[in-house]
Amino acid sequence: MSVNVPITDAAEAAKFITLGMRPRLLPARDLAYGDYVRRYREDETFAELTNAVANGLGLAVLACSQQTGLVLAATDGSLFEIKMEDYSRRAAARDRREKMLHGLVHLAVAAVAYPRPADLANDSYIGRVSVEQVDAVVREACRVLDEKAAAAEESLDPLEEAPDLEKTWRVYARRPSAAATKDGRLAPDATRSMVTKALKFLTEQGFLSQVGGEGGGTYRTTPRYQVQVRELAADRAFAELLDLGVVTVTDGHGTLRAVSSDTL
Amino acid sequence: MSDESDSGRVAAAALLDDGLVRRLKALACTGPLHDLDTRKTRLDFADASVYAMAEIAFQIIDQVTITMDFDRGANHDAVIRRVLPFIAAQAPDRSPQEHEKVARWVLENLINVGSVDRGFRVFYGTFAADGAYQRLAFDFKLLTELADADGEVYLRASDEAINVLIGALDTDVESAQIAAEIKLGNLIERGKLSDAQAAAQQARYATVQYAERLRRKLEATRRDVRSVDWEEEIPELIDAALTHVTARYRAETAILANIRNARDEATDPERKRRAAILVDIVADCVKRHTQLQARLIEANAIFRAEQDRQQFSGPPQRATVDLFGQLLGPTLQLSVADAAGPAGAFFHGAAGLATPTVVRLRDVVRMLIAPGTERDDLAGALPEPDLMPPPDPDVFGDEQWTRADDLLDLTGAPRRLSALLAEARAEDPALPHLVLLRVLHAVSPEIGVAVRQGDDRVLMAIDDGTRLADPEFGGADLLVGLARVSDEFERGAVA
Repeated sequence: MSVNVPITDAAEAAKFITLGMRPRLLPARDLAYGDYVRRYREDETFAELTNAVANGLGLAVLACSQQTGLVLAATDGSLFEIKMEDYSRRAAARDRREKMLHGLVHLAVAAVAYPRPADLANDSYIGRVSVEQVDAVVREACRVLDEKAAAAEESLDPLEEAPDLEKTWRVYARRPSAAATKDGRLAPDATRSMVTKALKFLTEQGFLSQVGGEGGGTYRTTPRYQVQVRELAADRAFAELLDLGVVTVTDGHGTLRAVSSDTL
Repeated sequence: MSDESDSGRVAAAALLDDGLVRRLKALACTGPLHDLDTRKTRLDFADASVYAMAEIAFQIIDQVTITMDFDRGANHDAVIRRVLPFIAAQAPDRSPQEHEKVARWVLENLINVGSVDRGFRVFYGTFAADGAYQRLAFDFKLLTELADADGEVYLRASDEAINVLIGALDTDVESAQIAAEIKLGNLIERGKLSDAQAAAQQARYATVQYAERLRRKLEATRRDVRSVDWEEEIPELIDAALTHVTARYRAETAILANIRNARDEATDPERKRRAAILVDIVADCVKRHTQLQARLIEANAIFRAEQDRQQFSGPPQRATVDLFGQLLGPTLQLSVADAAGPAGAFFHGAAGLATPTVVRLRDVVRMLIAPGTERDDLAGALPEPDLMPPPDPDVFGDEQWTRADDLLDLTGAPRRLSALLAEARAEDPALPHLVLLRVLHAVSPEIGVAVRQGDDRVLMAIDDGTRLADPEFGGADLLVGLARVSDEFERGAVA
């Protein structure tokens, strides 16, 4: 940027970024934050300055609006990056199977929250998820894949020396939905516990807010989560899939469909 | 300006010269205006240096042109009266009489009263058909005096004046239109039909231009209502275009009648043909004006329809990923090793930020000086343990089991129970009991289990009638040995 900016502006930009780092703070609730958001959207120089400061910190500005506040994402290797090891200590100790399952659960949460592509695109859409739903959706998908595999009569048993070649859906389907530990608590590596953990974590990050306890805990999404999923997470995961040569073309109507309960 | 029959004869090279000639003639038309300003100092009735004569001349020509219609032109006195305020504005401290004198002087000079044919003549050089340079005279008028049916003299602006001083010097569509219209009427009166054709076409271009502008705006409206200024710009355009159409429609209907007369009255077949062509062109112009008018009337309706359509069409659809179909489904079908990539990438993208917490000294101090939590002497109610009876302890230890295994590993000939007991007793006083129990068990071994477990042999004990002589136990002195297990044996045993 060739423009000379006053030092005070740099301080303001940094202040703005720290506000953006508080995930549960909203511009509507904080007057100064709201002013910064307005300034970011109207003052091009301030916006550029904010972006530059964020980049220097290892952050990228995903979006900025009165609904979402300043949405930041950590760049690769950034100080602010959440590592899977920190997210789940057990995942670090165990193999990558555990890490993969945690990632999968997060993906499932987003898929249930935004069932159609249009929901993800529509800024005013608010999704609802419950622990039960997320687990049930993934299990149903696994069941369909199982039926498909049974119909094709292919053996999917992994080789003994290469357990990681087992299909992901088999790993999830085999994992119990809920299990009790010896002292009567829920085992943390059962799938419902993993979903609960993910939803609670996302709530802490300001991406969800709990609305009730039914279905193992029901949550609604915040605009911030939508931005995060749409602008970053979905693209990254999609790019990974493309690298693996997995290209799925859908018709844009969404493939997750509600089936009336009597047919199940 | 050059005659069509002339240009038909000149060679291709000379055609290039046509443009030059036109420009020379156009330049010549502005000559009288420059001349006015150079000659104003020589005026005897006043010091006229304060007046900008060229400006006054333009005012006069404009006034003449505006008051011109198809039948009549402008009255001298009316024109003078109309330009007087303008002249007064140039020199407010001079007397009104002087203003009027100046106006008359300019008007007379524009008519060029002093000359015989009341016009101007300039010379210009050009190339003849044979390629030789020659100088030709160009006669033109700016304002002409004509007499109407009542014998009253009135003024009209000449073609030259309109073309150059109004048309060429003013590029605005609307006034070019006026000039073309007036010129056309003028030309028809004077019988110069080929030029009338050009003027009619020019009028048509203006209409086409309006139609094109309107079409572009409407198209943009169809794409996005907000991209077009419907508050001011478009209503103005529509108003201007409607005024244009109204004026043109009236004018061209009159022209059409005029040319039809010219066509019907013409005796020269060439001129008759030209008039016929012109009738076609003007008819086409009228048709186009009508089309434009129809579009103009529709324009507002289109705007309202588009506004409704776009208002209720929902937000624009962005291309996004189908999370279930394009991400979750395919990931589930990958192997664990491959799925770690997309699942991990999604987690990193969707997890947000980790904000490192800084330990604050204040918190540490508070933690350190916090009073220890007071514990009750009675640590709450003691839960009543739900006790289960402990399992029976094993009678025989692992060591004894191993010994018994060794003793009973009878690979060779079968042995008597008494001998086994004696041997066991020598090792461990408790061992004979275990050996005895296992041998008793072997009287009816579970062969089915042995077969299922894949054992190839099983311990067997058979009573052959010999009595056991032992200090501890009594009964039959069993023969103990290993028997081979096979499917045939099992079938035989079952049978």
